[in-house]
Amino acid sequence: MPILEGKELRIVGFLCNWCSYGGADTAGVGRFKQPTDLRVIKVPCSGRIDPLFIVKTLLAGADGVLVSGCHPRDCHYTEGNFYARRRLEMLKRFLPIMGIDAKRFEYTWVSASEGQRWQEVVTKFTEQIHELGAAPKIVGAEAEETLKLMEAAL
Amino acid sequence: MKIGVFVCHCGTNIEGTVDTAAVAAASREFPGVVFATDTMYACSEPGQDGIIEAIKEHKLDGVVVASCTPRMHEPTFRRTLERAGLNRYLFEMANIREHVSWIGKDREANTNKSADLVRMAAAKLLKNRPLFSKQFPVNKSVMVVGGGVAGIQAALDCANGGLKVVLVEKDTTIGGKMAKLDKTFPTVDCSSCVLGPLMVDVAQHPNINLHAYSEIEEVNGYVGNFEIKVKKKASYVDWDACTGCGLCVEKCPSRKATDFFNEKLATTKAINIPFPQAIPKKAKIDPDFCMKIQKDKCGVCAKVCPSEAIDFTQKDEFITENVGAVVAATGFDLFDWTVYGQYGGGKYPDVITSLQYERMLSASGPSEGHIKRPSDGKEPKNVVFIQCVGSRDKSVGRPYCSGFCCMYTAKQTILTKDHIPDSQSHVFYMDIRSPGKLYDEFTRRAMEEYGANYIRGRVSMIYPKGDNLVVRGADTLMGAQVEIDADLVVLAVGAEASVGATDLAKKLRISYDAYGFFMEGHPKLKPVETNTAGVYLAGACQGPKDIPASVAQGSAAASKVLGLFSQDMLASDPQVSVVDIKRCIGCGKCIQTCPFGAIKEIDFRGMKKADVIETICQGCGICTSTCPQGAVQLQHFTDNQILAEVNAICRF
Ligand SMILES: Cc1cc2nc3c(=O)[nH]c(=O)nc-3n(C[C@H](O)[C@H](O)[C@H](O)COP(=O)(O)OP(=O)(O)OC[C@H]3O[C@@H](n4cnc5c(N)ncnc54)[C@H](O)[C@@H]3O)c2cc1C
Ligand code: SF4
Ligand code: SF4
Repeated sequence: MPILEGKELRIVGFLCNWCSYGGADTAGVGRFKQPTDLRVIKVPCSGRIDPLFIVKTLLAGADGVLVSGCHPRDCHYTEGNFYARRRLEMLKRFLPIMGIDAKRFEYTWVSASEGQRWQEVVTKFTEQIHELGAAPKIVGAEAEETLKLMEAAL
Repeated sequence: MKIGVFVCHCGTNIEGTVDTAAVAAASREFPGVVFATDTMYACSEPGQDGIIEAIKEHKLDGVVVASCTPRMHEPTFRRTLERAGLNRYLFEMANIREHVSWIGKDREANTNKSADLVRMAAAKLLKNRPLFSKQFPVNKSVMVVGGGVAGIQAALDCANGGLKVVLVEKDTTIGGKMAKLDKTFPTVDCSSCVLGPLMVDVAQHPNINLHAYSEIEEVNGYVGNFEIKVKKKASYVDWDACTGCGLCVEKCPSRKATDFFNEKLATTKAINIPFPQAIPKKAKIDPDFCMKIQKDKCGVCAKVCPSEAIDFTQKDEFITENVGAVVAATGFDLFDWTVYGQYGGGKYPDVITSLQYERMLSASGPSEGHIKRPSDGKEPKNVVFIQCVGSRDKSVGRPYCSGFCCMYTAKQTILTKDHIPDSQSHVFYMDIRSPGKLYDEFTRRAMEEYGANYIRGRVSMIYPKGDNLVVRGADTLMGAQVEIDADLVVLAVGAEASVGATDLAKKLRISYDAYGFFMEGHPKLKPVETNTAGVYLAGACQGPKDIPASVAQGSAAASKVLGLFSQDMLASDPQVSVVDIKRCIGCGKCIQTCPFGAIKEIDFRGMKKADVIETICQGCGICTSTCPQGAVQLQHFTDNQILAEVNAICRF
């Protein structure tokens, strides 16, 4: 069962367990309506996110990737989100070099109590991806090449 | 692996907007899935029994439950698996309630998305491995940080339960705000008569070791085995020798020291004991005002002290305490109201805070229980109270309700009438919030029996007129502007997180909200737990709370600690990182990035390698995304497991 053709795009979220996953839960508890495109992958900490995950996700066919962690200085593991910020900022600059529109990837911070903020983040990002439309597929040798380049760069 | 999928209706919570039977049907097509069904309430007893039966009948060795958030019931279902003889980590959850059914009503899209989430969960599960906890011993002693009424209650309950307690208080005495209060609502009984005996119990309890005038410097370790460095701040008095006789205070010629206990209503001596019932009752020198320390003159206290306790050269001292659990009970502080220019911003001496008023009312306060206004010492007749100063006000960044101000303002109007029978109190309020037992009756008494004049509306400005102040505000019920001549204005200043709360939170690795109040583990089900195992909360540090609620939380936190310590051994979380020694090239990058110092360098047949110390690793996975070789992998969140989820949704 793929995404709903014509209705949804493929958006993948990487959320840290302590803040943003909780924030998404809080949004649910508050019944804050959101678009249905996003699929969430839970990780313990935004510092667990290897930028290559995001590249691989985009190469695998995702139209957008959203990362969300705890606010700076608020990390459950004290400094994980600082590592995340550094790595993801780098990644954002590299994406265009790889032929991927940098707007297809965003990272942000949402705390466990910020249900409303989560709703806004998801809604905005989903709109942004819909404006860009489906991502051009990078396949075969080209994809391998991109991946290699990224692996060397990041 | 043979996976079974259980799609929960959650009554109508999920079924209302998700076709759970269709999700189950779709799941049967996913790799590894041999059984799938929908179920009414997966978490209920019949629901769990159904899972166990299916595991046995279909010889399942992996389970996916699609239901609510794993933050809610993951532990529940892991136990279910264990009861069926499966390892608890051969389990995944798909969150189709908070992340699907509750955030939109499009049944088709929701059903489709739910199936996707199950597909991801099943794909990850295929890569899961059984993980096993290790047992480790528990140090059955507890540290309570903060000696307000909440911390005192927690400390006494733990100590009475047989635990060794280390109580750390940053001031020279315990008691917190309650020690400064005159009388307390809704009974109007004297605060120190209630609190005093508890404080004495703390001092005398054989199981309690009190470090006053001390703060937490550093926290290491984990549940069951914390190692905490405590800073004992220099008081310039040897407290082992000091008997609290007060001779030094009497003789000290330096009279201008800031009197924090009396909320700066008066000044005090450079060497001081905050109040007669202080626990511990020990003197402390304020170095900023001590003539010996500042100018090397005087030294009178050292001469008069019968126990030779004065030590002008004393330095901060650091000690280490080993405990198995921590209760944070650091309370609150008052909002800095001087940001309100319309109330004079601190210019008018006769505009004071509610806590200053408590000191004024208190028989042990600087005016010995006589209400005297600061400007000229006259007894006020017209007292205006303004509520919600720094509460429920977005413009100053304090949108929340401080909870107890309505009640203490009513109390203060009653006490005003008791002290000055021919006085009149006026209260500007937004709403009266008094939902506790006997609380609404109490505020009504203030109005009806004690004649307090309640005016619903905000104050727009206070300005001086002669010796007095004029308070101008709106009466929104009458739709009129009112001006009241006031001899004294008392601001019901809101509560905010205590100074240094966020620093402490970082040391304890607990979360705090946008205002610095500590976050509980779950707003309903884990009110005194935190998301850090072994760290608990009590009192106003978690959010504004009155005394009954603070005491209840103190006891609740203590019962959690006693529960934790009813086991001799704790099980470690096996979701930790492990190093594949063959892949590790000994670059040391993980050692540098681990925030907990959980990775050490080892020598393996003459080669440098990394090794994770299991008991210290917190499972963040920062090392895993740092390692250039993929050699260190966080178990249960390995690269392969995360990428399996990615591939399940992107490539199908
Ligand atoms: C004007 C006023 C009147 C009130 N009247 C009433 C009343 O009549 N009835 C009622 O029920 N409630 C009343 N309250 C509320 C009451 O004060 C609180 O409910 C109560 O004090 C909360 O207790 P606590 O122990 O949580 O916090 P606190 O009383 O704030 O105690 C916290 C303690 O922790 C210490 N501490 C702080 N940070 C650290 C740190 N980092 N390390 C070590 N120690 C630290 C502090 O020094 C303090 O001793 C009133 C409040 C005010 C402001
Ligand atoms: S030495 Fe300092 S504390 Fe002692 S009496 Fe003199 S001024 Fe007071
Ligand atoms: S997962 Fe790695 S970085 Fe995080 S605590 Fe464990 S060893 Fe340290």
